[in-house]
Amino acid sequence: MSVIFVLIGFSSFVAIMFLAAYIWSVKTGQYDDNYTPSIRILFDNEVKKETSKKNS
Amino acid sequence: MRKDQEIGIAEKLICYHCGEECSDDEIRIGEKLFCCNGCKTVYELLDANDLCTYYNLDENPGLSQKNDIKKNFDFLEDPELKEKLIDFTDGKITTVTFSIPQVHCSSCIWILENLYKMDSGIIHSEANFLKKIVSVKFDEEKTNLKNVVILLDSIGYEPDLNLAEKEFEKSAVINKKLWYKIGVAGFCAGNIMLFSFPEYLSLNDLTTDNIKPVFSYLNILFSLPVFFYSASDYFVSAYKGLKKKIVNVDVPISLGIIVLFFRSLFEIFTQTGAGYLDSMTALVFFLIVGKMFQNKTYAALNFERNYKSYFPIAVTIIKNKIETTKPVEKLMVGDRIVIKNGELIPADAILINGSAFIDYSFVTGESNPIEKVNGDLIYAGGRQVGGAIEIETVKEVSQSYLTRLWNNKVFEKEDESKIDAFVNVVSKYFTFVVISIASFAAIYWFPIDSSLAFNALTAVLIIACPCALALSTPFTLGSSMRIFGRNKFYLKSTHIIEKLSSITSIVFDKTGTITETKNAHVNFQGDDLSDYEKKLVKSLVRNSSHPLSKSIFELFESAELLTINNYQEIPGQGITAEIDGNQIQIGSKTYVLENSNNDENNLSTKVYLSINESVKGFFTIGNSYRPKLKEVISSLQDHYKLSVLSGDNDGEKETLLQFFTNRTKMLFKQTPYDKLAFIENLQNKNAKVLMIGDGLNDAGALKRSNVGISIAEDINNFSPACDGILDADSFNKLDTFIKFSKTSKNIIILSFIISFLYNIVGLSFAVQGSLSPVISAILMPLSSISVVVFSTLTTNMIAKKRGLL
Repeated sequence: MSVIFVLIGFSSFVAIMFLAAYIWSVKTGQYDDNYTPSIRILFDNEVKKETSKKNS
Repeated sequence: MRKDQEIGIAEKLICYHCGEECSDDEIRIGEKLFCCNGCKTVYELLDANDLCTYYNLDENPGLSQKNDIKKNFDFLEDPELKEKLIDFTDGKITTVTFSIPQVHCSSCIWILENLYKMDSGIIHSEANFLKKIVSVKFDEEKTNLKNVVILLDSIGYEPDLNLAEKEFEKSAVINKKLWYKIGVAGFCAGNIMLFSFPEYLSLNDLTTDNIKPVFSYLNILFSLPVFFYSASDYFVSAYKGLKKKIVNVDVPISLGIIVLFFRSLFEIFTQTGAGYLDSMTALVFFLIVGKMFQNKTYAALNFERNYKSYFPIAVTIIKNKIETTKPVEKLMVGDRIVIKNGELIPADAILINGSAFIDYSFVTGESNPIEKVNGDLIYAGGRQVGGAIEIETVKEVSQSYLTRLWNNKVFEKEDESKIDAFVNVVSKYFTFVVISIASFAAIYWFPIDSSLAFNALTAVLIIACPCALALSTPFTLGSSMRIFGRNKFYLKSTHIIEKLSSITSIVFDKTGTITETKNAHVNFQGDDLSDYEKKLVKSLVRNSSHPLSKSIFELFESAELLTINNYQEIPGQGITAEIDGNQIQIGSKTYVLENSNNDENNLSTKVYLSINESVKGFFTIGNSYRPKLKEVISSLQDHYKLSVLSGDNDGEKETLLQFFTNRTKMLFKQTPYDKLAFIENLQNKNAKVLMIGDGLNDAGALKRSNVGISIAEDINNFSPACDGILDADSFNKLDTFIKFSKTSKNIIILSFIISFLYNIVGLSFAVQGSLSPVISAILMPLSSISVVVFSTLTTNMIAKKRGLL
């Protein structure tokens, strides 16, 4: 049954890693702007020499 | 494309760049039409840089360039100013954040993030749509701040450069801290709850008995960051309150948290129980969630603007016939300034040279330019319309007529004390009652069993912790604020709703507030005009961007327009052109009737029309009142004392009486100081005043009043410091908003009653000294959650019923 102490230690470590990941995400500003990235992801990468695209 | 164009001819000619109607198809590139050369230039610039994706993302995404005045950005070379504007520089790489109010669609984001294609010195640029800002990183060796700004201006996104704007970053830091705290509290609360499971299930076999103490110590470990970090705000606030001898709601909360924590420690270390750490951490977590919910802010709106945001940050001055730029704050008495078309006068000054037509719409709300002659005093805040003028300052910027208003003591930074918040009034009595019950229970049990006395004392303090009390306010007001926001009524913070619910008196500004600035009401007086003549007039005014011309354009309904020749516009005076062989003039009396004196006292502005040198009559441009004004006023009239303050003369008094009754106090020719004093006077008579205004001239009154709401036809435009911004379209809902704020307060009172009921149940356990951790772990979150659910649901339901959702 003493294996449970190892498991607790391990699971707490994993949980703390997630907390650290969360704090890191706040720190790097991932919650600052929760709208613009949703638009940005829809922009196509430009392919040069594409001229006929304008007419739709 | 061809098909598009056919439809275009049949209906309207639409500018490919900005989507505005084109007067003709003169300005074009291939099949693409443009309304003005400005738009065409932007298109050419984008086309040359292979950036036409801009037009594919959104239809006609551009910004109209018709009224754009190309500005001189030389002042950006001033190193001191530069330092204030940029975020960071190491001499080579510079980052700078611009506020760009024009951002409105996905095309805007795209173009602002592709700036590097137009200027190789720009390394990276990133837009934030909600805040309407773009941060640019550029290479100092290849480009400079001035070039970046010029580039932005040339594609129609002129940055709003001013030094006061940097404030918003401060609130972002506070917000981030809250995110950290919520994360830590949520994480710890969740883990502690898991470790408390053996306790909840009352497992009593041998293995769990071994594990339980380990779990308890782990719980202590996890509760430390919650107690010392996440909950610290409550302790600080309670301490600050007590220091000022105010028992705010944070006092009983802190008391509860502290007692919870130390009793748990005591139980765990003496091995007499499992403690209440799960309840404590969950409580803190809920409280911060509530705080977060309340902290809704409108990132793109600024409620703290003062005159500095209106004024340019630098002006062109002339010294020994050399033009240089100088930051506005360093402007001294006697400096000679050159003011170009469209620029603001930064300080009271005397006109030296040039013909000045000053538009005081910022200051008074009146948009018709006033003519000034050499030697006249020009007040700060006016905007020059027409050619360049030279003026000499007679007062410093901060001592000028308009800006001196900001030296008034009402503008001193007061800390947002929420002493008057309803919850704090309740908590004062609440704390007193709880402490009495706790001590009574302790005294009762002490002779019988001293340890039971300790148990009862702490249990009362724990269970009475006003978590539900503290949560009902943020959730009710937070939901109300979101509901208001959906109806285009944006508040600075939630406690404005409470203030709004208790107002007794409403003061309206006239110009721009109860009248519309968009559609001035135009009438023609004089000879009857034939359809042909109407067509002539309409064709002529089509070419002018002056607001009065636009109003006249809307007056006549005629689809067909004639081509015009020899068009001439003399800013501030009038326009003239030759159409179909007819000479048409529209403009001021002096302009149209060449030999007349200008001292006629006209109450409403007159614009004269002459065709082939014979005067046909004049257009009068009167105030047009907001639609539904009468309904709004009549519904407010019975409940509140209404007043109208106007900077204008009393020419409109008769018209106003159609909307207001005689009981309404109407004052005319009010200076900004008079307005401020009027509010102060009302408040001295114990009135709670709601001021509704729009311009800089109302700034003092808005600030002084209990609730100051500024009305804006375009919410992203400048509005003075205020508590809330109301979109002009929602003006008719004003009455509903005030009523709803009262409802919100009632919902809070109901939630209080619910939380008191829970408290009575809890206390009945507590005074007996028999509060088990399980009961506390169920009762405390249950009361919190039910209060949150109740307040949020009721608020939204009532809003739906009243048509606000």
